[in-house]
Amino acid sequence: MSAQIRKIAVWVEETHTEMGRPIQPPTRKAVAVAVIANPFAGRYVEDLTPLMDIGAELGALLGARCVAALRIEPGQAESYGKAAMVGENGELEHAAAILHPKLGAPLREAVESGAALVPSSKKMGGPGQDLDVPLGHKDAAYVRSHFDGIEVRLNDAPRANEIMVAVAITDSGRPLPRVGGLTHAEAVGKDGLR
Amino acid sequence: MPEVRIRKIATQIEEVFHEFGPAPDRPLKRGAVMAVIANPFAGRYVADIQPFMEDLKPLGLSMARRLLADLGGDPKAIEGYGKGAIIGSEGELEHGALWHAPGGYSMREVLGAPMAIVPSTKKVGGVGARLDVPVTHIDASYVRSHFDSMEVGLNDSPRAAELMYVLVMTTGARIHSRSGGLSAVDITGKDGLR
Repeated sequence: MSAQIRKIAVWVEETHTEMGRPIQPPTRKAVAVAVIANPFAGRYVEDLTPLMDIGAELGALLGARCVAALRIEPGQAESYGKAAMVGENGELEHAAAILHPKLGAPLREAVESGAALVPSSKKMGGPGQDLDVPLGHKDAAYVRSHFDGIEVRLNDAPRANEIMVAVAITDSGRPLPRVGGLTHAEAVGKDGLR
Repeated sequence: MPEVRIRKIATQIEEVFHEFGPAPDRPLKRGAVMAVIANPFAGRYVADIQPFMEDLKPLGLSMARRLLADLGGDPKAIEGYGKGAIIGSEGELEHGALWHAPGGYSMREVLGAPMAIVPSTKKVGGVGARLDVPVTHIDASYVRSHFDSMEVGLNDSPRAAELMYVLVMTTGARIHSRSGGLSAVDITGKDGLR
């Protein structure tokens, strides 16, 4: 089963200054969202394999959309994250089926590497509700400058029988990071942690 | 005059494939570009604010060009437009009105001088405020199929002493538009209205 997509939306944010200090080059984040039909809305279905396959499809599609929107080479991506919001006729487990089993591998291909866990969040919600997508360094989860998040919201999604699936990618960490910890330059990126 | 101090530029592109009716051959695209800048008049009454409109022109042009590029780059593909402003709480509504000339003329310049007035809206708001930007046909305001809008906003903007200026472009009619009235093929495109 492939995803029945009603809508795709892509946001890009660049931060040029913060507290009056120039950010050079600007930090940049992209997030891509697909609004899809929930094939299991309104009924209990034991086998969620079709949603797992949809996750794989969307990992590739949304990852590529983010990289294209940032106008970077895949290898220049520095952090990533994923999230899903399920309309009221679905269940939270539908988000888990999309996000966890199969979405990660094609997403990592879209950014060339990705030893680290893809941070995630999920919730039930309705049209116009905020979804906060967590962000973490793609190769070394402990890189402190890259712990971040990005908010997405569509006034018309998710409807009751829909699921909103989001993938976020950056080419940078937070503006003006200064709380210490492991840095991007120091990260080895082999074990996914440091 | 004060320079234009940009804190953030953000873009938002939506592709609408269907809204539960027959999917058209070509999805509708809606795009917005937002600039968050310092409000040079925050916190005090300044009588003569019009020179800032001149200062905003290069920003308007760069925003219009970026938005057009994100929508595929072909000016002929753009059929609807709109603009708006959110003024942070230390500013006044009138500061939003400064966007009328630079916002409107920048889009007209990039789109080959279309005839119709650029519809607009503005308000004073805090961080996370949402703005519903009205959209109409670029050559004839009465084209009913192209009356549309796009919701925009950023969770961290506008801060109290900031302004958020917005441009919106769309590539066609509402999905499944079927409410009659003047249609795009029937316009004369001489007076900007019909």
